[in-house]
Amino acid sequence: MLQEESDLSLIIAQIVQKLKGSNLYAQLERQAWACLQRPEIRLESLKEDIKEFFKASGWEKKLQNAVYSELNVYPLPSHPSAPPEHLKEPLVYMRKAQGSWEKRILKSLNSMCTELSIPLARKRPVGEQKELLNKWNEMGTDEPDLSLFRPVYAPKDFLEVLINLRNPNYENGDSLSFRTHLGLIQVPLKVKDIPELKECFVELGLNTGQLGIDDSTQVPPELFENEHVRIGQKVLVQQDSAAAQQYIRQGSPTALRAELWALILNISSQPEDILYYEQLKTNVIQHDLLVDSLIYKDVKLTASNDDYYFVFEDYLYQVLLCFSRDTSVLSHFAYNSASPPKSYIRGKLGLEEYAVFYPPNGVIPFHGFSMYVAPLCFLYHEPYKLYQIFREMYVRFFFRLHSISSHPSGIVSLCLLFETLLQTYLPQLFYHLREIGAQPLRISFKWMVRAFSGYLATDQLLLLWDRILGYNSLEILAVLAAAVFAFRAVNLMEVTSLAAAEAVLADLSTLKVMPLLQIFLFATVT
Amino acid sequence: MAGRVKWVTDIEKSVLINNFEKRGWIQVTENEDWNFYWMSVQTIRNVFSVETGYRLSDDQIVNHFPNHYELTRKDLMVKNIKRYRKELEKEGSPLAEKDENGKYLYLDFVPVTYMLPADYNLFVEEFRKSPSSTWIMKPCGKAQGKGIFLINKLSQIKKWSRDSKTSSFVSQSTKEAYVISLYINNPLLIGGRKFDLRLYVLVSTYRPLRCYMYKLGFCRFCTVKYTPSTSELDNMFVHLTNVAIQKHGEDYNHIHGGKWTVNNLRLYLESTRGREVTSKLFDEIHWIIVQSLKAVAPVMNNDKHCFECYGYDIIIDDKLKPWLIEVNASPSLTSSTANDRILKYNLINDTLNIAVPNGEIPDCKWNKSPPKEVLGNYEILYDEELAQGDGADRELRSRPGQPVGPRAGRSRDSGRNVLTTWK
Repeated sequence: MLQEESDLSLIIAQIVQKLKGSNLYAQLERQAWACLQRPEIRLESLKEDIKEFFKASGWEKKLQNAVYSELNVYPLPSHPSAPPEHLKEPLVYMRKAQGSWEKRILKSLNSMCTELSIPLARKRPVGEQKELLNKWNEMGTDEPDLSLFRPVYAPKDFLEVLINLRNPNYENGDSLSFRTHLGLIQVPLKVKDIPELKECFVELGLNTGQLGIDDSTQVPPELFENEHVRIGQKVLVQQDSAAAQQYIRQGSPTALRAELWALILNISSQPEDILYYEQLKTNVIQHDLLVDSLIYKDVKLTASNDDYYFVFEDYLYQVLLCFSRDTSVLSHFAYNSASPPKSYIRGKLGLEEYAVFYPPNGVIPFHGFSMYVAPLCFLYHEPYKLYQIFREMYVRFFFRLHSISSHPSGIVSLCLLFETLLQTYLPQLFYHLREIGAQPLRISFKWMVRAFSGYLATDQLLLLWDRILGYNSLEILAVLAAAVFAFRAVNLMEVTSLAAAEAVLADLSTLKVMPLLQIFLFATVT
Repeated sequence: MAGRVKWVTDIEKSVLINNFEKRGWIQVTENEDWNFYWMSVQTIRNVFSVETGYRLSDDQIVNHFPNHYELTRKDLMVKNIKRYRKELEKEGSPLAEKDENGKYLYLDFVPVTYMLPADYNLFVEEFRKSPSSTWIMKPCGKAQGKGIFLINKLSQIKKWSRDSKTSSFVSQSTKEAYVISLYINNPLLIGGRKFDLRLYVLVSTYRPLRCYMYKLGFCRFCTVKYTPSTSELDNMFVHLTNVAIQKHGEDYNHIHGGKWTVNNLRLYLESTRGREVTSKLFDEIHWIIVQSLKAVAPVMNNDKHCFECYGYDIIIDDKLKPWLIEVNASPSLTSSTANDRILKYNLINDTLNIAVPNGEIPDCKWNKSPPKEVLGNYEILYDEELAQGDGADRELRSRPGQPVGPRAGRSRDSGRNVLTTWK
């Protein structure tokens, strides 16, 4: 009890500390001063009256949402004397593995620079700046020669690293038992089993109405849908992040999604946010970075060829190029096991005072990175808004899909969860695929790394991401990956090679996400 | 083998032939007895021409109406719609209501259009009213974007007229007729790009009118960014969305072919603009298709041996108003991408299921109302018999005096009644 209380006060202290530096804090202070002029504020009950004013004017709700957002994003404080790197990742071997992975990436980036003799960054001459400004809205029409550029890494390179992860304190042993994990991931982490997942995703149960399921048995779908839309509108009127997050677990109506997501992510497009985006744009215009070519190449290789997303090619540049310049992204490294790569001013290699983060946001894009942005283009058509939503989605969720950590939403845990689910609940299929050299994770890894973007039809993808936001967790990705295997189990049992298994699972665009998840979690006998 | 349909086609497309073969039909030549002929518009002209005097028998079906050009030639379509509007106006129909500027409230769905050279003087008068607008010139009888150009000065049209007169000595009557239409210069842009809609509509009979809408239409995107600036008037890639044109652009992508499904469009619009305006847009699209068909129904030779699958081209402007650009009698059956191939195969499959019930030897006297199960991706768009049965009087009562009258009446007469009947 005492422990809990001290934890709570620690959390409060941490959040207060964070919010003190925020824009909201300044606004609240200004409002408090301004309201003193009001007749209903009296000196004898000053504190109560101001609180009442905040409540009535909606500022209390804004503060609540900000606190809620902090609670969602930041990990709970650990023991006060724990070093800060524990916040990033408590396990030493994970930290080490992440560290050496980063070295590899940076080395590969640097050697590309040397090979192509292109600087990491350069200031654009004025003429070029003008030209870029003119074609800001149609960067996709530009066709520079990018044949020499290659993505720094692709998901499959990253998978190899994860497969080789070992906990030095853990002896796998030679004796096989029914508990032995036969998948590719060989580190001991706690992952949920189906009963625990059922408890966690209780709102996805068979008796709860869901958007994304046509034939709910209890209630006619139109009836549920209309009622659900009505409640959703209420949630939006209330502007309450927590309520929105709970609500969206049953799926968001298409027309309300953009606003609901913004509310959950606590994004409120103020004029200063637009200004901030414009500044980032100016940075892009002024400086040319090597990562720009990587982004460009990635968009050309992925989204530009995608049936759903090719339309938004130019938006992707407008978001991703600005993202690479955004130093506010750096703050997420406080709780990300990864650390921003450093580069040194020419001739000052290794001298810390000449070190700069490169790229400025500390995130090196890899093959498929632009697919994190692409689905959001269906929801927001103003680039600054699209940008804000993407940035928040990244620092809350997506970074976990390409950092090595022990976090339950981290990619290592997702892989292990996926493999454990298959091995436990579909043992025959799992062994069959393993026997023929088609380890299931080799197929599903890319789905999870991209949060299924580019694999599912967009409407289905958005229903899936509703649940990521709703449960503030990426575990649903591993569950869906397993559910897809379960759904195609009959066909998969007949294949005899990795290529054939891949062919069976090549096209996920016809899948309906919610029925698959429901059947896998709730309708399977366990 | 009496029970098998004998088919002919003069369009060698695999999406057709695969569909015929799947049904176990037998290929014959056009000189033999045939039951089903999928023909080009040139062939239909010969089949029904006075000279050949070909008489189709009861077990023969073709994929065009004899005078489909009343709808599918740009000039005739506009003429028929204009006449239809005038008739409704004369009848005092509430559908022909006008706003204070003299524009039809519910029937203004084709951009202002004139025939050239016939309506030249009318055009000049209109042009002078808004000299800054851009106009698009299209030859009446051509498709796939051939012969199209944009103008924004009267001198350009004078030059065109001079050139075409001097370049040939053919008489005025055979000289190619053009239509000139006000160019929609505020199209809805998605991702900064212009697009148009290609929707498939099947008509099984004109009197009574019975038509079906294919659910899997698509948007065709320009590969080049849209700019309304007049300096780009010559760059057809900016303005024309025809795949036949876009294919020659450098940026044409052979994976998606610049095509986006109508479902994507709906998802995008509903997400970014809301449900109400999106439903209204799609309702209006259905409305203009039905109205265009009603406009030509009285002049159409409703031959019982015929059905027709039209390709409707629609442009949406930035106020989410749909405009009917043109109707194609022979929508392209060429597949530009893998998805396109699947779509067109299914389109033909569903079309045949309705036009030739059970794939059996046709009997053109059948009542042409197939059961719901065979519709596939088609939905009933309008069924005049059913609409008149229980919708007409209600429709009339609901109209006058109500600002939303015709809209509400429309969804009733074009869709809901019919659909509930089918359920």
